[in-house]
Amino acid sequence: MHVPDGFIDAPVSAATGLVAAGAIAVSLRGARRELDERTAPLAGLVAAFIFAVQMLNFPVAAGTSGHLLGGALAAILVGPCTGVLCVSVVLLMQGILFADGGLTALGVNITDMAITTTVVAYAVFRGLVKILPRTRRSITAASFTAALLSVPAAALVFTLLYALGGTTDVSIGKVATAMIGVHVLIGVGEAAITALTVGAVIAVRPDLVYGARGLEQRLKLRVNGELVDATPELEPVRASHRKVWITGLVASLLLAGFVSFYASSNPDGLEKVAADQGIDRAAKEHASADSPLADYGVRDVEDARLSGGLAGVIGVGVTVVAGTGVFWAVRRRRSTSQAA
Amino acid sequence: MGAGHAHRLYRHGHSRVHALPPHTKLAAVFAFVVVVVSTPREAMWAFGLYAVLLACVAHAARVPAGFLLRRLLIEVPFVAFAVLMPFVAEGEQVTFLGLELSVNGLWGAWNVLAKGTLGVAASVLLAATTELRELLLGLQRLKLPPLLVQIASFMIRYGDVITDEMRRMRIARESRGFEARGVRHWGVLSKSAGALFIRSYERGERVHLAMVSRGYAGSMPVIDEVTADRAQWSYALALPCAALVVCLLGWTL
Repeated sequence: MHVPDGFIDAPVSAATGLVAAGAIAVSLRGARRELDERTAPLAGLVAAFIFAVQMLNFPVAAGTSGHLLGGALAAILVGPCTGVLCVSVVLLMQGILFADGGLTALGVNITDMAITTTVVAYAVFRGLVKILPRTRRSITAASFTAALLSVPAAALVFTLLYALGGTTDVSIGKVATAMIGVHVLIGVGEAAITALTVGAVIAVRPDLVYGARGLEQRLKLRVNGELVDATPELEPVRASHRKVWITGLVASLLLAGFVSFYASSNPDGLEKVAADQGIDRAAKEHASADSPLADYGVRDVEDARLSGGLAGVIGVGVTVVAGTGVFWAVRRRRSTSQAA
Repeated sequence: MGAGHAHRLYRHGHSRVHALPPHTKLAAVFAFVVVVVSTPREAMWAFGLYAVLLACVAHAARVPAGFLLRRLLIEVPFVAFAVLMPFVAEGEQVTFLGLELSVNGLWGAWNVLAKGTLGVAASVLLAATTELRELLLGLQRLKLPPLLVQIASFMIRYGDVITDEMRRMRIARESRGFEARGVRHWGVLSKSAGALFIRSYERGERVHLAMVSRGYAGSMPVIDEVTADRAQWSYALALPCAALVVCLLGWTL
């Protein structure tokens, strides 16, 4: 599923590049939380593992074989942030070193194969683990479902990116049926192997499986005929979310302001417009990065696309202000009721 | 582990391209690919010129044509995909040798083939003239987050080790008469994958302890800082600049 150069047009590639950069920045922080100062060697070795396991061929029927994509496996074994990081590094190295997947399509590839698969798989996995009873069997079942859904989800995101910026006009319906049809089949294999692998690791080293962290029983001591915890539970330290918050805000502003008008321009003119805009896009970005007011300065311009982008930016701003206000109010009320 | 660390795609040499600082080469290749991708697909001659430019680079780097062409085989799956395109795309149809082909599909196939091939060729040339360590240093010079570069370098360093471990497990399975023939054997292969994960993870922990005992405190010391002077930059950027001229011609003509 590695996308080559020239398959997705320049603006969508640039936008996915931004998404990928943002996600990697968030994951770098998250991975430090998951692995602390051991991040570099452990994430590196896990990336090497993903790289190797992608070469492990699984026979499907006589003559044909498939291989693991590894996004779901990485998310469940080492956590979502480290998972995104490992698969992204594998894709980066495959692009630069093995010319597998285009350099300009790196953003598309990372968004599709690293971010979508890991995030979808981990969200499904967490949700299922919450619902199911806390046993090893349900961890395996949850990994099966997570991997099963993650692969068609990646195909869906690919179809979406193709609809936004595909350079050929094969109808979206055809692409969607072909991609999702094939990837549902691939997903079944991925799911079976992911579940079996997670099961094999849990059987030997359950402490290594990130997704099964809540599973172990806490050590209990019998004091005067009563069971008590051996060690008092430590309050988890709350990490600051400010940087994550700012990154998310900038990403959504960029998406709303720049990418939205590519989505709204009419489909047959899409390609021409996209290529036209491809060159002056960078210049625009710089102008707005230097001063946020630059965006408002062009309000007088009677341009449908510009006003669309502007509307997107303002919409994001209003949403953020309103959402923050509600959140803040709720939190204040909660803290006052606790105090009272 | 000192010797034999050059990857299989690297081709040892002493040309001017080999001697360029890695970050200039990375920047040049990236700029070149961006320019190629933003060229209109109707300007067929432009892609020919790009190919000539890459051939010049290959000549300057003394990379033989056979080597380059063999490495291009990696994009065969996409060639298959591109060949399908004229049959499934919609719009105006033409008849060629009794086949109904879509004009848009033909253009699309050409677009993906030409741009994809040029991109792969540029990356192959980069990999053929740059050593792994240099490549990682170049990425660091281009302001990739240091932690990401460290992860990538660990992956590259231990990639062969882990792959070898996987190979040993395969030999162990085969020497016990195991042969994976179908779905029924997935369990065994998955257990191998699980064992491989545990081995990789535990190796990671050992590597970390070894690093800590040698004074690792979160960042790797850079002992061979590479810098590029103006002549080197201009030599490296000659490729994307020439490509940009071709691209602008492609837009205006």
